[in-house]
Amino acid sequence: MSISTSIWIWIAALLTLMIYSFLYKDNPFYRLAEHIFMGLSLGYTLVILWYDYIIPRIYQPLFFSPHQWSLIFPILLGMMTFGIFSKKYNWLIKYPLAFYVSAFAAIQIPVMLRSWILKQVEASFLTPDKFSSVFNSINAILIFVGLVTTLIYFYFSKKREHGFGAAATVGIVFIMVAFGAAFGYTVMARISLLIGRMQFLIQDWLGIM
Amino acid sequence: MGFWQRLLQLDRKWIFLGIAIVVIIPLIKPLGLPIKPTKPVQDLFNYIDTLGPQSDAIFLVCDFDPSLMPELMPMIQSILRHCLTKGVPVILHGGLYPAYIGIAKMAIDEVAAEFPEKKSGEDYVFLGFIPGVTAVILAIGIDIASTFKTDYYGVPIDSLPMMYGIKNYSDISLVVDISGSSSPESWLMYGQERYSVNVGLGCTAVSAPSYYAFLQSGQFVGMMGGMKGAAEYEELLARKGYPAGKRPATTGMDSQSFAHLLIILLVILGNIGYFVVRRAERKAGMERRKR
Repeated sequence: MSISTSIWIWIAALLTLMIYSFLYKDNPFYRLAEHIFMGLSLGYTLVILWYDYIIPRIYQPLFFSPHQWSLIFPILLGMMTFGIFSKKYNWLIKYPLAFYVSAFAAIQIPVMLRSWILKQVEASFLTPDKFSSVFNSINAILIFVGLVTTLIYFYFSKKREHGFGAAATVGIVFIMVAFGAAFGYTVMARISLLIGRMQFLIQDWLGIM
Repeated sequence: MGFWQRLLQLDRKWIFLGIAIVVIIPLIKPLGLPIKPTKPVQDLFNYIDTLGPQSDAIFLVCDFDPSLMPELMPMIQSILRHCLTKGVPVILHGGLYPAYIGIAKMAIDEVAAEFPEKKSGEDYVFLGFIPGVTAVILAIGIDIASTFKTDYYGVPIDSLPMMYGIKNYSDISLVVDISGSSSPESWLMYGQERYSVNVGLGCTAVSAPSYYAFLQSGQFVGMMGGMKGAAEYEELLARKGYPAGKRPATTGMDSQSFAHLLIILLVILGNIGYFVVRRAERKAGMERRKR
């Protein structure tokens, strides 16, 4: 066991313990650590934006040779969004918003349609190559049945009776399985974060591992 | 008050304590439970393993903040180690949001120190942050050099030897997005759909279920999901005899397994307790009505 002598490791370890103290109950140490975190995150982001973006990509190209005057238009458009803070000039935000919405929609709709819908539908087709082995065949059938019955479950314009009702019930079984899997993965994620912090405390701070 | 009633009213602090114990003990005394690589991780590993110094580059994206380091840092470092071991040119991008660049710097500094013969600009390139998210992904498809202008250290991209033959996605064999957000979807939509570049991903366990659909459709080359995915990649590196570092994800998997066992036990006991207590309460209610 060799406890760390680095001041930064000690600060990180104490802040970690202060945050975890919330598990017992809310307390001033937790709130202090929370506020430090909030302030640091915001400050860090602002510094990165200032030095990595505003200085090299806006200030320098505008004020130093060779000047890139074309930057004035996007900068003006961006600055118009600040109109929201003024009652007199809040109409200014309509122009950058209109530009952003129209450009983003035009870029996003075709690619989203292809990657989210067309390719997913295509992947659910029961083509002969999906039956190359018993395992693959079972998978392909499960995916197909799961897709169809889940879609049926979300079809609300027909009364759920006979075959349609049965299919919707099968659909809800698939949905529940998906929820269960998602919950299992969520548990894994949260435990992983705890493990990461414990590794830091035990290994880097206390030097036990 | 019976056992089941006491169990249902158990103070959650005892559960926190139980979880802490089952997490800490295996970290101090590891058991080395076996790790079996799954197909999505194996596919990603195999794809990178077939590449070499003459191949097109890997574009590795660091899209996560410090809170997700336990899950995602082992992934990004494993991919970096894999690429540097195989001599695959690797471009590390410091992420689509400003908070991620520091993490990318930590990852490359640590791994580069293990490979002293590898040089920045010759064997790997580290690109900094520029805002735009969607615009950045699209702009890389036109020209990386004009999009980023310099690398993280301020060296013009045009002057970096590794970048001589690398202009845009057509010179990139695979984009690997190590992400704690929905950015892999953006790489799919704007990188793959628009420019046909292959995409692989490493994601948090929370996000993994939503990406299986894209994996099944073949839109992702492979995937590492959560700490388990990272541990599997470390295992594959070790099996091949490649450097795998301290294997932090593998070290954490014993704790992960025991924590899961405890949670499963608590879920089962909680459900049994719920039904036992409900039955007892109904029975007591019926007896009261009879009287």
